[in-house]
Amino acid sequence: MKLGLVIDLDVCVGCHGCAVSCKQWNTSGTTGPLTDYNPYGKDPSGVWFNRIRSYEVGDYPHNKTINFPMSCMHCEQADCVDVCPTGASYKRAEDGVVLVDQDKCMGCNYCSWACPYGARELDRASGTMKKCTLCIDRIYDERLDEYDRQPSCVITCPAHARHFGDFDDPNSNVSKLVRERGGYALMPELGYNPTNRYLPPRVTRPIPTNDVKKKSLISSVKEWVNQAVAR
Amino acid sequence: MHPAFSVIFFTVSSGAGYGLFIWLAIAQLFGLASLNTKTTLIAGGIALVLITAGLLSSTLHLANPKNAWRAVMRFKTSWLSREGVFAILFYPSALLYLLAIFMSDHETTTFIKLLALSVIIIGLATVFSTGMIYACLKTIRQWHTALTPANYILMSLTSGAVLLTLVLLSNKVFAASMAITGIGLLILTALTKAIYYFWVHKVTGPTINTATGFTRAQVRLLDTGHSAGTFLNQEFGYQADPSLLKNLKVGVFVLAFFVPSLLLAGVATDYLGVGAALLAFASVLAGLGAERWLFFAEARHVIRLYHGAQHT
Repeated sequence: MKLGLVIDLDVCVGCHGCAVSCKQWNTSGTTGPLTDYNPYGKDPSGVWFNRIRSYEVGDYPHNKTINFPMSCMHCEQADCVDVCPTGASYKRAEDGVVLVDQDKCMGCNYCSWACPYGARELDRASGTMKKCTLCIDRIYDERLDEYDRQPSCVITCPAHARHFGDFDDPNSNVSKLVRERGGYALMPELGYNPTNRYLPPRVTRPIPTNDVKKKSLISSVKEWVNQAVAR
Repeated sequence: MHPAFSVIFFTVSSGAGYGLFIWLAIAQLFGLASLNTKTTLIAGGIALVLITAGLLSSTLHLANPKNAWRAVMRFKTSWLSREGVFAILFYPSALLYLLAIFMSDHETTTFIKLLALSVIIIGLATVFSTGMIYACLKTIRQWHTALTPANYILMSLTSGAVLLTLVLLSNKVFAASMAITGIGLLILTALTKAIYYFWVHKVTGPTINTATGFTRAQVRLLDTGHSAGTFLNQEFGYQADPSLLKNLKVGVFVLAFFVPSLLLAGVATDYLGVGAALLAFASVLAGLGAERWLFFAEARHVIRLYHGAQHT
């Protein structure tokens, strides 16, 4: 098995729901807590397994906003595991999930240096490295319904931008999505061979603008005054 | 990368310590200097103090030092683990070597020769591992080069040679051959460092386009998704003033290589004495400190691409 995520950049709305739901589940999970520093102060910070960034792709008027969620890619060539001196970081042979044994980690940060995707964050309170577990304490829990045996971020996503499955099975939902939509890996040139795939935005018909009415004189004047007035 | 003082001190201090001990063993093996028991013990003691201070300092940057003993567990894959194992192996052979020198009253027996050889090999392996810790990271192109371990080894040997010259002089032992060796190493190290700075200047590797997968258009960061600092910003976001970087590079060449070469030339020709050797070593240390700071400050991790950098 090669478990991982497919993230659909076409429909991600950048709501950070996945990150919040992940934090809620995992803070009381196997690698929890996900410590917050100064949570009610001026500069609240803390440990997160998901980070969502937004980019502008292309130049106006042919530009597009892309919301870009990132978590651990569960790489096949996981350098973070190879560089770990203590053996705290490991990649499970049976499903390819990369995990950190919190009892063995010495907090040297070396694995976070080896990760090109920023998946690992040090928890200053416990002094150990923490990262996405692919909700390992959930996906194998047979007391849960079949649907709930998925990572928290996948279930929560209101836009259905996240999919979970086995990439080794050519007929799994994730394999099909990657095949049909041209799913790609990030920074393939570094050779980490990440498992997670990103689906590019669909090529859609542009919204026609030639039927938009020309602006009237009065509205042009109003617009100019609006911009000229210093408030 | 954020230049952490503990790691800068560790690599400079233990590098000089290993270099000193390696030169001590080489001088013994090939009769480079007429060492006596007292001088060997003093030099060996200084080397072990420098190494130990460095190693202790390196544990300061650990967030969970109670698990530090586990760092020797992954010798098979991790250069950090290998460095730890070689650093630990160095102590018994170094102590045994000093003990053998003390017992035999500096007669070069076959046993001592074997010990000297093992000290040289393990010492070099430790410094090489230190370099490889950085060189094996594909995420930082400024480090991912064969020049990194080469630089680490050369700088360790250079600072060690200058320090041994100082120790020899202060014990009134003939030091000209060591001083000349030091000058040769200073020139060689300066050349490799110059090659590194020239090479690191050229931009290669991943860009914001390959990082996001949008390779057919300009990509700009709109929002990082967080209002305050994160672990990633603190660890990888370090940005030094470009003019400071440029000035420091000049400082590295003047302090670490030019000034000590002149002073050692004075020592080799008997114009200058212990004071000059001391000044040369202090200058090397300051220069290497600046060099190590630059090594970190100039390293740009690929995660910066996701935070808006167009290239590393």
